[in-house]
Amino acid sequence: MTRFAAPFLSIVLLALLLGVWQISVHDTQPAAGMDPEYAKLMGLQATAGKSAIPTPLDVAAKLVQAIRDPFYDHGPNDKGIGIQLAYSLGRVLLGFGLAMIVAVPLGFLIGMSPLMGAALNPFIQVLKPISPLAWMPLALYTIKDSDQSAIFVIFICSVWPMLVNTAFGVSGVRREWLNVARTLEVGPLRRALRVILPAAAPTIFTGMRISIGIAWLVIVAAEMLVGGTGIGYFVWNQWNNLSLADILMGILLIGVVGMALDRALAAAATSVAWRE
Amino acid sequence: MAHSWLSVEAIARSYGARPVFRDLSFGIDRGEFACLIGHSGCGKTTILNILAGLEAPDAGVLVMDGHETAGPSLDRAVIFQSHALYPWLTALGNVAFALRSRHPTWSRTQIEIQARAALATVGLKDAATQKPAELSGGMKQRVGIARALSLEPALLLMDEPFSALDALTRGTLQDEVSGLVGGGRQTAFMITHDVDEAILLADRILLMTNGPDAWLAEIVINTLPRPRDRANLHRQPGYYPLRNHIVDFLVTRSRLLAGQQPPGWTGRDVPEIRPSDFHEQRERVPA
Repeated sequence: MTRFAAPFLSIVLLALLLGVWQISVHDTQPAAGMDPEYAKLMGLQATAGKSAIPTPLDVAAKLVQAIRDPFYDHGPNDKGIGIQLAYSLGRVLLGFGLAMIVAVPLGFLIGMSPLMGAALNPFIQVLKPISPLAWMPLALYTIKDSDQSAIFVIFICSVWPMLVNTAFGVSGVRREWLNVARTLEVGPLRRALRVILPAAAPTIFTGMRISIGIAWLVIVAAEMLVGGTGIGYFVWNQWNNLSLADILMGILLIGVVGMALDRALAAAATSVAWRE
Repeated sequence: MAHSWLSVEAIARSYGARPVFRDLSFGIDRGEFACLIGHSGCGKTTILNILAGLEAPDAGVLVMDGHETAGPSLDRAVIFQSHALYPWLTALGNVAFALRSRHPTWSRTQIEIQARAALATVGLKDAATQKPAELSGGMKQRVGIARALSLEPALLLMDEPFSALDALTRGTLQDEVSGLVGGGRQTAFMITHDVDEAILLADRILLMTNGPDAWLAEIVINTLPRPRDRANLHRQPGYYPLRNHIVDFLVTRSRLLAGQQPPGWTGRDVPEIRPSDFHEQRERVPA
């Protein structure tokens, strides 16, 4: 019973949520005594009493429709949801990958050298709290390519958690483990790869997990700014189309993909986890 | 003592102005098992770390086989108090890591065969694929012992290797180490504060006074015959006088002698005491 209690409660809560949603956006009466011309301008809300907010069923219908043909491409403003998500994921993975290439070695350096750590700390402290989107104008000006600018923004927001966590993990490697390596005359490279890296790996992966989460948050906003492709652009485009059902579907998919990214990194973290 | 295989010559260490110990000298002969006994704070672990090359003394040198040595080396293996196994490696992996350091040119198979053999000598044949977290405290320390012995070190250093274990496990492991290391096969230096452990394992027992300014008050020659084992040790003639002598030292003299080096003392000539000298030794307690 206890095993199923939580999932059962989740389903009940979901049903409750959908029920409240359905009832609260229930159709009203057509507006009475409204000027017919004005009612036409107001659309279905006024003529048929239809709520502006879609019902759960509307969103579900959109979702089914979108998933049925996710990769169509009917020009710049009409692409399948799969294509849009793939653009966003591609940018996130590219920016995240570049950040990893920079942050992990640099974090190693900072973690192993207290001097470098202290010297770089002020820079990190100032750069870390800058909203990644604040870099966007600068990126657009210097890179002169909106797509690459979005990747740069992902890079800059992913780099900090990985850098800080790598440095923390590396500096926290137990003295006795390093002493064992010293008595075994282990060389610097072997010590870095076979002792420090596995010891710090769980902390590094925690940083990666935070990074990918932030990157997925930021990509939506970045794509709303730079436009063209991606799930963020899709949501913004649907706002311009006043299609709230598409927006809600987009929001739902952003959540699902974000969760999938987090789960994937959590699984990767488990594979390098150790306990004493 | 000047011709000992390993000789510690006038090493010193201080924290701030207070010396922990100074002008400390002793030697260990090849095949000998030396044991340093003293209370916490006398600098025991520092001395062991200096022997291991993990710390440098403020003054003095370590001469091994005629050569002055500095820094750690594969010739001096350490069994750490906290076992210090890598938790992300299996028991086999931990031993193999050490073996790989010792024999960089060996094939993977050769390393594995040797690592398995080393684990078998400490009775862990069946635990090879387990991670340290899955092993008991005693088993972890066995892996640590296997790792150190697999290096076939010239000098084996042990930093209170059994102090974190329960009494039963400690006893079993002491017997096993006695079998593996004792009897001239392996030169070893151990620090401990367990009197029976020292009597069981050591050929010579170095008695260190309390700190600060601790000094080596005397070296007791353990003449009890080998092989020794815990079951019969206390029935050996001479066991109790030896034990009493060391306990007396730890309970009273180690405290009274702290920082009370006799006039004209130098660290170079530490009195060597045999059980036959015990009665006169007791008179040397300062008032």
